[in-house]
Amino acid sequence: MTAPLIVFFVLAALAVIGAISLILQKHPIHSALSLIVVMVALAGLYLLMGAEFVAAVQIIVYGGAIMVLFVFVIMLLNAGVEEHTSLSKLAGPPGLLLVVALAAFVAATIAKSGASVQTAAQTGALSSTKGISEMVFKDFVYPFELTSFLILVAILGAVVLAQREKS
Amino acid sequence: MRSFLTTNAELVITIAKIAILLFIVLTVNAYLTWFERKVVAHIQSRWGPHRVGPHGLLQPLADGLKFFFKEDPTPAGVDRFVYFLAPLLALALALTSIAIIPFGPEPIHLFGHDIYLGIAPLNLNIGILALFAITALGVYGVALAGWSSNSKYPLLGGLRSSAQMISYELALTMSVVGVLLMAGSFNLRDIINAQAHHPERGIFGWNLWPQILGFFCFFTAAVAETNRVPFDLPEAESELVAGFHTEYASFKFAMFFIAEYTSMITVSCLCTIMFFGGWLSPFPASWTFTDYLPSVILIPFGLWVIMDGLRYETVFGRIILPGVGTVLTALGLALIVLPQFNNFIQAPFWFLSKVLVFLFVYVWMRGTLPRFRYDQLMAFGWKLLLPVSIVNVILTSFAILAKMQWGHQ
Repeated sequence: MTAPLIVFFVLAALAVIGAISLILQKHPIHSALSLIVVMVALAGLYLLMGAEFVAAVQIIVYGGAIMVLFVFVIMLLNAGVEEHTSLSKLAGPPGLLLVVALAAFVAATIAKSGASVQTAAQTGALSSTKGISEMVFKDFVYPFELTSFLILVAILGAVVLAQREKS
Repeated sequence: MRSFLTTNAELVITIAKIAILLFIVLTVNAYLTWFERKVVAHIQSRWGPHRVGPHGLLQPLADGLKFFFKEDPTPAGVDRFVYFLAPLLALALALTSIAIIPFGPEPIHLFGHDIYLGIAPLNLNIGILALFAITALGVYGVALAGWSSNSKYPLLGGLRSSAQMISYELALTMSVVGVLLMAGSFNLRDIINAQAHHPERGIFGWNLWPQILGFFCFFTAAVAETNRVPFDLPEAESELVAGFHTEYASFKFAMFFIAEYTSMITVSCLCTIMFFGGWLSPFPASWTFTDYLPSVILIPFGLWVIMDGLRYETVFGRIILPGVGTVLTALGLALIVLPQFNNFIQAPFWFLSKVLVFLFVYVWMRGTLPRFRYDQLMAFGWKLLLPVSIVNVILTSFAILAKMQWGHQ
């Protein structure tokens, strides 16, 4: 086994274990921590694929900003151990069914596409920061600007909601 | 054994570098506490530590031993896993961030390998982003420590700290965009090299002058990120006992302490790299006589240490201080005799000098500035630093655009 393959299996195992632990943990903080493990393991996988920029942004945005907010809110609300109602217990079997269906779908897609699945590290324009920025700011500049406009609207909405609460 | 060494030379070199850097960083950390206590003491007209060893030089050692031998109680009702994880996380992330800093441009030739100063590979094209990623995760150490302690003051400290770090991270990231635009790269080595385009200008070629707004925002935000005075609200003694680490004792407390000091070093290194030309000399390249500056500083300092050591009656003062002084003096003399060695030492010398200046500024601020009020802190971050750093980005972009339009200087 080559070194990248070993690293891949370690990271993949971390991501899967983190995801399972996210569901099984009783306390919201522990679940949030498991999710952070998943995010960081994914960033490692991106790095392994040669996508340096995406890996760094994955940690900064998901691992840092978003998950910090999750943890912050859980701490602030002092949320306790999760309560099991009869309805939440009922959600188990259908959920399991969905998991199996999704896994089968993904496996079928991979099997169908066969050789075209990229397994090696990407090089060149796609992976480099320069390549990504050229794509975002030249080829797809209008969709990009539209998205940022959407986010701006969402921020304004949040501010308006917060203000209304006060008065 | 031999074949293993030759086939995995890169791995072995990296592990050796990690071990050496870890040793250096931890030692510097220990003496940074001594330096801080000494400087703050002199600012307040006191002597500072002076009992353990000459000038209190053995104080960090005594403190370290004390940390090891203290009782380490775990408070009742803590979340054990997170309670133990938090200091580990804080320390590990702080130490990892040092690995990305490059300390010199030239490699050392040893056993047929080029060994560069700094652990990260030369072509780490996401250098500064990787650092921000690690800083972004650094919040967890503090937040989780506050939450898991099952105590109200740590919880408040942890909440304050998370809010503060989230707020200042924005300004921190925005303030370096100007530098990145000027360098055209995330790579820390490229950022330094971009400041070396006009070697004749010396100090005036650095990013500091065109990016003076960016520097102001960056340094302020970085001090807030490291939870130091005047932004040390997460551990405001008068309000929150000791903040997020109130419930930690012994070595777990020491881990938070080391993490804080290590991030101070990282921030100082970053300021040096981004705005102060990294390892570049502040003098114009034609002033070759400034190459002897390390010797000019080392030899008198070494002689002074010898003289000073001889005054003491203790073993440490009588033997070790003159010994250290002799080594320093010999090093200074060797630098004069061996021009090749002198040339090599220039870059690390300037880099470390600048870092030391920033560490002094950190301590200086702690000795002189009062703490912000919480609402002042938030208003300062959101209403001043963030807009100013955004204005800086816009100004820099326009300047670069104008330069592209109307030719070169």
